[in-house]
Amino acid sequence: MKPAADSAPRRGAEIVDKAQHPLREMVVIFLANRAAMVASIVLSIVVLAAIFGPMLHPVDPFEMVWAPFTPPGQDGFVLGTDYLGRDMLAALLNGGRVSLTIGLVAALMSVFIGISFGALAGFYRGLVEEVLMRITEFFQVLPTLLFSMVIVALFGASLEVVTIAIGVVSWTAVARITRAEFLRIRELEYVTASRAAGASNVTLMTRVILPNALPPIIVQAALMVGSAILFEAGLAFLGLSDPNVVSWGQIIGSNRPYILDAGFTVTIPGLAIFVTVLSISLIGDGLNDALNPKLRAR
Amino acid sequence: MTNSPSTAPLLDVRNLSVQFTTRGGTVTVLDDISFTLERGERISFVGESGCGKSMTALALMGLLPAMGRVSGGQVLFKGEDLTTASPARLRRLRGNEISMIFQEPMTSLNPVFTIGQQISEVLRLHRGVDNAEARDRSVELLQAVRIPDAAARVDDYPHQLSGGQRQRVMIAIALACEPEILIADEPTTALDVTVQAEIFALLRDLGAKLDTAIILITHDMGAVAQMSERMLVMYAGRRVEEGQVANVIKAPAHPYTRGLIACVPHITSDVGALVDTLPEIDGIVPPITRFGRDECLFAPRCAKAADECWSAKPQQSDIAGHSSHSVSCWHPFGTEGSR
Repeated sequence: MKPAADSAPRRGAEIVDKAQHPLREMVVIFLANRAAMVASIVLSIVVLAAIFGPMLHPVDPFEMVWAPFTPPGQDGFVLGTDYLGRDMLAALLNGGRVSLTIGLVAALMSVFIGISFGALAGFYRGLVEEVLMRITEFFQVLPTLLFSMVIVALFGASLEVVTIAIGVVSWTAVARITRAEFLRIRELEYVTASRAAGASNVTLMTRVILPNALPPIIVQAALMVGSAILFEAGLAFLGLSDPNVVSWGQIIGSNRPYILDAGFTVTIPGLAIFVTVLSISLIGDGLNDALNPKLRAR
Repeated sequence: MTNSPSTAPLLDVRNLSVQFTTRGGTVTVLDDISFTLERGERISFVGESGCGKSMTALALMGLLPAMGRVSGGQVLFKGEDLTTASPARLRRLRGNEISMIFQEPMTSLNPVFTIGQQISEVLRLHRGVDNAEARDRSVELLQAVRIPDAAARVDDYPHQLSGGQRQRVMIAIALACEPEILIADEPTTALDVTVQAEIFALLRDLGAKLDTAIILITHDMGAVAQMSERMLVMYAGRRVEEGQVANVIKAPAHPYTRGLIACVPHITSDVGALVDTLPEIDGIVPPITRFGRDECLFAPRCAKAADECWSAKPQQSDIAGHSSHSVSCWHPFGTEGSR
């Protein structure tokens, strides 16, 4: 906002400025949520570690560097070594990059597909809605893990295919939420008013209805990053992820036979997934409280 | 078919009928509505809820709900029939040459954009102005609708404004492109009485300044008297009476119009005189499934109803002695000498 407006206060400015943009009010509510705040800090650390960790600890996670099953803390290996004597810390940091990237990209992809389907179905109703929602239901009833395994088996286990496979199987929730919001908002008076002002259907969908439909979609998207990370871990555990990159799920999967001899090789990446997904869920919860006007304390 | 623009009225609605297709079958919600509107003229549509006033406005704008369609008649805007115009053509007209403001100012503005952005949007859409110019114009418009400190309020969000201010913003949006016609659908129903008068004064002034014709939809006889030169009384999707406001209020010819006027205490009774019972029109508007029947739809509520009222739809007839005062009734007041 313009600083000039602040130096010359207008009538009722102190009341009005407290509730400036709805977004600012939302941020205030979010910051007051302790669990979400802690989760944000934890997630920030995880993200920073994934981005800068491999630079600060430049060890190839595929390179054998020491004796296998070195326990954490021994011989200078903070997190020990795995069954092939590879540095666990390097694997964890590099794997974090991959897991977080897949989670984010897959979530963005499913948000994009979901919003497209839901917006068109909710806005146009009728035949368009019937067709799009039947397609959505088709994807919804497919067993997701099986379906993504088929995609990976068909197109090869590269990072891109795995990401697409996760995105393709998880967009249905977004589509349904978006459709529901569009159905609600399209009947509101400001949509009619915009129409009466000459707005085209595209304008109505993208500039009038969608911005108002975003809050629950944002919440869902945040939660979906978490579930996409879990999903990737599941695929990698089954050996269906890209074998040329390390991911958290893949570390667990490859060390699985030695779980009784060297539990830490499985526990450490497992904890990483657990902490990350829990943080994302708590943030999603905090966003939900901040964005849902019904839960706001007046 | 198009008359020369100098003689043709700005808006010429001819025998407009609108039907809704529902599960129960087809119902006629607007039955043979005709009226004309000259440049800069102000007309009021009056009637109870569910009489088709708002539906007439939506039909003019081409904004009928999905189940509705124009089943007959024409809407000639400067000689161009809007009922057959393409959607793209209608979009160019809406908000540009024909604007509309709504009943609920609290919900008519998009909550996630500033009022400046919302005024700019319509300017960009129809005038193709750039952002800086749109913003300057928005401030001017806010000043024109008498929002104090417009330069600072332009960045406010709708929830920071009062109801009256929001309706002013709606008026600013509607008049941004200096339209030929402004349709005001009960613009003050949701507002305080004191604010109502201000909004009406604003509409009158701006309408006169821009030479914009105003169609006011209302059930408030006081608003009609304040706002319009001509009034059109609607009942059950039909036009029952039309004429100069002064003539109609002084000598209403249709029993329904007479009933509506009698329902406004301060027009008919002395101030200070105790009224035991407030007058009302007995009964209710007939269900929509009865609309469009070949009978007088007011007959069930009318003291003068006779056999012909139940068997045929009354035709429109002019009232002698008053130019452009017409009524659709089998037994209008005035023919046998009004009280």
